[in-house]
Amino acid sequence: MEAALQERQDSIHRTGEAPFAMECNKDSLAGAVSQRACVFCGSRVVLYPIADALHLVHGPIGCAVYTWDIRGALSSGPELHRLSFSTDMQETDVIFGGEKKLYNALVELIDRHSPKAAFVYSTCIVGIIGDDMQAVCRRVAEEKGIPVLPVQSEGFKGNKREGYKAACNAMRQLVGMGDISGISKYSLNILGDFNLAGEIWLIRDYFTRMGVEVVANITGDGRVGDIQRAHGAALNVVQCSGSTMDLARMMKEDYSIPSLRVSYFGVEDMAESLYAVAAFFKDEEMMRRTRELVKEELSLIMPEIMKYRQALAGKRAAIYVGGAFKAFSLVKAFRTIGMQVVMVGSQTGTPEDYAELAEITDPGTIIVDDSNPLELSAFLQEKEVDIFVGGVKERPIAYKLGVAFCDHNHERKEMLAGFAGMLNFAREVYSSVMSPVWRFVPRKAETVQEEIND
Amino acid sequence: MTKMPPQYVSTTNACKLCKPLGASLAFRGVEGAVPFLHGSQGCATYMRRYIISHFNEPIDIASSSLGEKNAVYGGGANLKLGLKNVTEKYHPALIGIATTCLTETIGDDVKRLLFEYRQEFMQDGGPLLVQVSTPSYSGTHMEGFHAAVRGLVEQLTVAAESNPTVNILPGFLSAADLRSLKEIVADCGLTATVLPDFSETLDGPALRDYPLIPKGGTKISDIRAMGGAKATVEFGHTLPDQLSGGKYLEKSYGVELHRLGMPVGIRETDRFFEVLRSLSGNPMPEKYALARGRLVDSLVDGHKYVFGKRAIVYGEEDLVIGLTSFLAEIGVQPVLCASGGTSGGFVKAIEKAVEGFGVEMPRIHEGMDFYEIGELAAELKPDFFLGHSKGYPLARGLGIPLIRVGFPIHDRVGGQRLLHIGYHGAQQLFDLIANAMIAAKQDGSEVGYSYM
Repeated sequence: MEAALQERQDSIHRTGEAPFAMECNKDSLAGAVSQRACVFCGSRVVLYPIADALHLVHGPIGCAVYTWDIRGALSSGPELHRLSFSTDMQETDVIFGGEKKLYNALVELIDRHSPKAAFVYSTCIVGIIGDDMQAVCRRVAEEKGIPVLPVQSEGFKGNKREGYKAACNAMRQLVGMGDISGISKYSLNILGDFNLAGEIWLIRDYFTRMGVEVVANITGDGRVGDIQRAHGAALNVVQCSGSTMDLARMMKEDYSIPSLRVSYFGVEDMAESLYAVAAFFKDEEMMRRTRELVKEELSLIMPEIMKYRQALAGKRAAIYVGGAFKAFSLVKAFRTIGMQVVMVGSQTGTPEDYAELAEITDPGTIIVDDSNPLELSAFLQEKEVDIFVGGVKERPIAYKLGVAFCDHNHERKEMLAGFAGMLNFAREVYSSVMSPVWRFVPRKAETVQEEIND
Repeated sequence: MTKMPPQYVSTTNACKLCKPLGASLAFRGVEGAVPFLHGSQGCATYMRRYIISHFNEPIDIASSSLGEKNAVYGGGANLKLGLKNVTEKYHPALIGIATTCLTETIGDDVKRLLFEYRQEFMQDGGPLLVQVSTPSYSGTHMEGFHAAVRGLVEQLTVAAESNPTVNILPGFLSAADLRSLKEIVADCGLTATVLPDFSETLDGPALRDYPLIPKGGTKISDIRAMGGAKATVEFGHTLPDQLSGGKYLEKSYGVELHRLGMPVGIRETDRFFEVLRSLSGNPMPEKYALARGRLVDSLVDGHKYVFGKRAIVYGEEDLVIGLTSFLAEIGVQPVLCASGGTSGGFVKAIEKAVEGFGVEMPRIHEGMDFYEIGELAAELKPDFFLGHSKGYPLARGLGIPLIRVGFPIHDRVGGQRLLHIGYHGAQQLFDLIANAMIAAKQDGSEVGYSYM
């Protein structure tokens, strides 16, 4: 395809049109205008929602200022995570080293805010000038009596996935520090949900109704104290392909805690996830409660969803998201509302992820890794897409071409997880696709002109 | 006055952005140009996201996407590959290359790398390459913006035949401001080259096809000819000479330079029109004489709503200077003028802007963040904030209005359509401020007045 550079051809697949093969999970091609961010971004998004921790970015101002209050990750209590802290390194710090400034900034901020822990994020130049962040963090931890954790998130050290790993490494040091007495044998940690628009509260409610105790949210509405007790849970439920899988693996190694991969998007995956948890605990009564819960929730949302389905049947959707796990659920969620997915891609999918997408999508569907505006806009046009699902960076691509859009990224203000979230999702899609404004965009201009002439 | 501000080592909620962002915006205002950051992938992506959330427009910023090996052995190969790929896909007329803190720290010699690139890949032509050094550990996005403009002027202009064009280097204005500026100059009977001009590239129409590079922007041939222009008009009281494109043109080609403040409010706009009159020989067009007259009339009509109200103004230094000047003109008491910038010229310019208007000298602080602004706000008891959307948490905390101006506006639509400059801009600002004060009184009253 013409919009893609030669080197990018192997990262684009069309379901059913060739044996499956996919180049992915490698560094972005220089000059290709990737939609990806960096290692720092990966760490920052994962740890960001821990609301009673101090998040200090050690570097020049950009990295901190572009991530200030960036996520819609809500907290039921402290909101320290919504502030943007930086050492704002200046030229002299780069020349003479930034350790002293880091130490002073940490002490100042810990004294001011009394956080339960501090995460210190390394940025590109800190990796280059060689500040000994570990030593500074150790010293401050001793002096202040709280965990002070360095996050090795130098931007250039790989892609976003490396950042997830650095975040998990930092959290690994917290797990195991807390008292785990009194935790139920029916208990779990929620990994990989970030409480966007309050979603984790909904999911916690489901688990509570099933009779399962939630020990730690990792990391939506997260608390340092809960994460320190997380090793007391019987199970980790992990959402999201990359972000917290590493932590689940570490907790399996360190504490033999098994994990289940789940997804809370779309009615099918949501119900399956709850059933899988109930099945894990091998408790008949719990399974019965779960079935009832699913039945009850479905009865609340399906009548309205069917209304939207009628209007949306046969429309075409394109998906481009950060992690591929969300794409699986979205493909199914679109089927629930009668729509067909004709393009699906992600920033950080693995070969297994893409193989699964090739498995569950219709013939001809475009599957793409680490795409860019030129490719995405060409796909939208080629497939005559009715709605594009993505994040802020994808939005103007859709809008410029007069295509509807649904924000499914971390900035969104609408709850899209859980059963209630599926209804919101249907509403979101409906309210963009059915808007009358598309009648005036150039793509549809002739139709309007004909109507006026009639 | 200028008492010492609170001094902290750490920065909380910065009131500034980083240098390469400013450079990217400036490069985006040149016809056929693609901004390109030499650094790791995250910089370009974060800045795109930040800019998109304000303009609601696509902005493709390319990156050399350095990885670990490049950081150790140098980013030259990636820079060249990136330029090659951008050229192949976007067919740009110009690539504006800005460095980042990473590539400055590892010491990539971009000038030499571009020389090599031209030798290796551009024997049969190719885009113009303009490069600017923008390490984010010194200065703010405004220094990056000015550095890119200066870079374009320095690297593109040639000794041109003298022509009647006027160069306008406006600094960082909104898309609506740029449109208004071009209209003003044309109405005065002048031909102007406005650099940069992203009024269309960052605020374009809905399209059938996704443009590789959006239409619009300052024409490269016009930039080349700037050396032969009749005069340069440059906005910005705090712009240092070494970042001034106007100074360069004056020194290299003897182009007469008119340094003005950003034309916000009556006096600064009057000064701008006076320069336009002297350059064109034409009196102020009737359209603007009328707009000025209507503005003054409206200030009279609404003066009581705003008199004595206390304002905190923050943002880029030159915008804050212009806004403060206007606030003084309408009888608002600025109590704090703050910026994350540290040009060194901020305090003096503010003092001059409010002098003689019977207002108390506000506290004026460079290098501030929102934590420090918030601490002062608690004791200064302002009636409103005037600035970009990042002041919202403070305004919300104090329960007073935030009047949104400048960049970024991340929590409302239409940031790119805000008009700040000229008599029309002053009119919009006045209506916004007066109505915010009226609304605050109306909403705060138990009576529920329906006439105000």
